[in-house]
Amino acid sequence: MLARVLIRPKAGVVDPQGKAVERALPTLGFEGVEGVHVGRLVELRTDDPDRLPELCEKLLANPLIEDYEIELEGEEAPLSHGGDEEEA
Amino acid sequence: MTRFGVIRFPGSCDETDAAAACERIGEAELLWHGDRDLKGVDAVVVPGGFSYGDYLRAGAIARFAPVMEEVAAFAADGGPVLGICNGFQVLCEAGMLPGALLPNESLKFLCRQVDLIVEDDSSSWTAACERGERLSIPVKNTSGRYFAPDGELDRIEAAGQVAFRYAPGQNPNGSLRDVAGVRNEAGNVVGLMPHPEHAVDELTGSADGLRLFESAARLATAA
Repeated sequence: MLARVLIRPKAGVVDPQGKAVERALPTLGFEGVEGVHVGRLVELRTDDPDRLPELCEKLLANPLIEDYEIELEGEEAPLSHGGDEEEA
Repeated sequence: MTRFGVIRFPGSCDETDAAAACERIGEAELLWHGDRDLKGVDAVVVPGGFSYGDYLRAGAIARFAPVMEEVAAFAADGGPVLGICNGFQVLCEAGMLPGALLPNESLKFLCRQVDLIVEDDSSSWTAACERGERLSIPVKNTSGRYFAPDGELDRIEAAGQVAFRYAPGQNPNGSLRDVAGVRNEAGNVVGLMPHPEHAVDELTGSADGLRLFESAARLATAA
């Protein structure tokens, strides 16, 4: 099963990356964009999605500073990233 | 003579300076990250650098290195452990020290000499210092902004676990409450972002960093 883990800075934790992107946007002509936060996306395959929260808390995210969300895709669902030999 | 063990991870870069600093006080032994063996050392230094490329988050992967299990057991037994910069990040990620290190407020790598104030002189790595003493030590990092949630920070402060603070006006990275280093509850594990191992000779501006290594040595010889 394909899982996507979205990791983002917790609310209240200063996010200088998000701020830097936000500040850069008006200089490119994109006005009025606010609340930019930069996080990470981790894609993985697993037969045991029940263990994903533990995996996230132990390694993928640091629960002190980051929130995470797990998205699961059914095995039949099309995989959006091509070029994976295992799926060929 | 005190025997210091200095861990070497793939991507460490300050282990030779750390070992050289230890050798001014005692003996130094480099310990490989893949070995489950601390070779009977009296104190352990987790040095700076970019362990495992800092992938995911600084220190996140190094904490799972085989040697870190031994370091955790050594620390649980009361053994003195010092984490410097990336080593501090590793110890925080491993849950051996409270808090986390976030990217600098400026998002820039910074490298400068700063003054630290010793806030706690009871730990294994500050026992040779006096509370309120100023140490001139360089700091160099990209992710050095100390963070803990407010309630946790209050608890850390109340328990006297803030080991070092940046001197007023010298906080280089936006660390909360100017925290530069913390200790665990027992006081045998200490971590800090600045680099005491780079301040061991007046030739390079300061020898104040030696105070930390002297502290651990004093403890080891007393034991």
